Amino acid sequence: MSALLELKSIHKAYGGRRVLEDVSLRLAPGEVIALLGPSGCGKSTLLRIAAGLDRDFAGQLELNPLLQFGTGSGLGVVFQEPRLMPWLTVAENVGFAAGRRADADWVAQLLEDVGLSGQARSLPRQLSGGQAQRAAIARALYGRPQVLLLDEPFSAVDAFTRMKLQELVVELARRYDIAVLLVTHDLDEAFYLSDRVLILGGTPSRLQREIAVPLEHPRDRRSAELAYLRGEALTELYQSHAI
Amino acid sequence: MRELSLQARQPARLRRWRPSLARLRGWLVPLAILALLEGLVRGGVLPSHQMPAPTQVLETLSSLAASGELWRHLSASLLRVGAGFAIGAALAILIGTWVGLSRRAEAYLEPTFQALRAIPILAWVPLLLLWLGIDETPKVVLIALGAFFPVYLSLLAGIRNIDRKLVEVGQLHGFGSTTLIRRILLPAALPSLFTGLRGALSLAWMFLVAAELIAATRGVGYLLSDGRETSRPDLVIAAIVLLAVLGKISDSLLKLWEARALHWRDAYQGGEV
Repeated sequence: MSALLELKSIHKAYGGRRVLEDVSLRLAPGEVIALLGPSGCGKSTLLRIAAGLDRDFAGQLELNPLLQFGTGSGLGVVFQEPRLMPWLTVAENVGFAAGRRADADWVAQLLEDVGLSGQARSLPRQLSGGQAQRAAIARALYGRPQVLLLDEPFSAVDAFTRMKLQELVVELARRYDIAVLLVTHDLDEAFYLSDRVLILGGTPSRLQREIAVPLEHPRDRRSAELAYLRGEALTELYQSHAI
Repeated sequence: MRELSLQARQPARLRRWRPSLARLRGWLVPLAILALLEGLVRGGVLPSHQMPAPTQVLETLSSLAASGELWRHLSASLLRVGAGFAIGAALAILIGTWVGLSRRAEAYLEPTFQALRAIPILAWVPLLLLWLGIDETPKVVLIALGAFFPVYLSLLAGIRNIDRKLVEVGQLHGFGSTTLIRRILLPAALPSLFTGLRGALSLAWMFLVAAELIAATRGVGYLLSDGRETSRPDLVIAAIVLLAVLGKISDSLLKLWEARALHWRDAYQGGEV
């Protein structure tokens, strides 16, 4: 099957400092990929390139023509911070892409999906960190994307909220048949959520290793298989002097 | 332990009578000053031909109101401030938005505006009188000049302080520049804009007085100079009181509008200390 999103031999430098070197990846429909690496390894930069927010790079970004179909851009993005517009209600934020012409039924459905039905008319300042991030997830889904790009989306919430949000993303991605590219520095998160974990490391960063996670969802966070795979990744990170 | 429990109980006792009284706190100082003045003038400590008693000022005001003079002066001043403030603020919003959004516009215009800003507004008065006569126009232009800079500067700063992260959300949705301005940049810069508007309004009143002191036959500023020329301090103080009331009312209206427009803001409201 053809990829939804493909990054081909991406090179990126800030000033004279090379950050990414020859990084390639393919995201197939319905697939969940985790990009794992230490802070500053360029994984967020890679995601920004995929999202079209950073156009100053060498290499190729190929989006499947199918993505451009319909109303949305085919891509949904959730950042590390919720980035909600503080002057809009939660519902208005979810339908932000369409403004006043937002589809109220779809917004209501999304709010229900992320468990914020009761907060539709609240302002962002009235939400907890976890709730705000739920609203951001709903906003990313508003354009009915086939690809969801997540940039360390759970790193700013507490451990329990994080687990709930991870479950929410897995469930929604499956329900709406969305492929996910997740950037994270959290080993547990990477292996719990994804089908493939790509480890980014070194200076400048390259893809060090790819670890497949051939486990069915729902997964058990305590399972021995996950623990083994996490160990593999740790070994790799040690060897590439990332830790 | 005893001390701790005492400390905890005291705020609760205070809270019971605080809400009703707290609202009146602001009246305490001015009322005390008025009462003191009244006593000093009546007691002959202060000469009444120089410092009229508050009750005398009140009488002057009521006689002005009865003769219809008061309304004539008030309407003239209100029209001037209204027109000058509206013109100055509107121009500042247009130019401020443009300069805020475009680095090219900034490169062309900012140095000029910075230089113009360095000129004290009152320095324009002779030129305005030469060019525009002593009619309404120079007064409105002077007030507009005064109102322009606070709005322009705070809007510019507001736009330049917008969180880039919010702008990126618009870029993700493929917003064009007009949509970006309307949906993200202007709402995000609104708090700064209101700060500028309130500063501009108080300056507008200041330059109104300047304009009316220089050449006018009507207006609150005219009352001031009339009172000086006819040696009537009660008239001067009555005009000052009018200016205080008008300034306060107009600022309160703007503040109310601000509170409504920015109800979403999550800002520090000040503590109960």
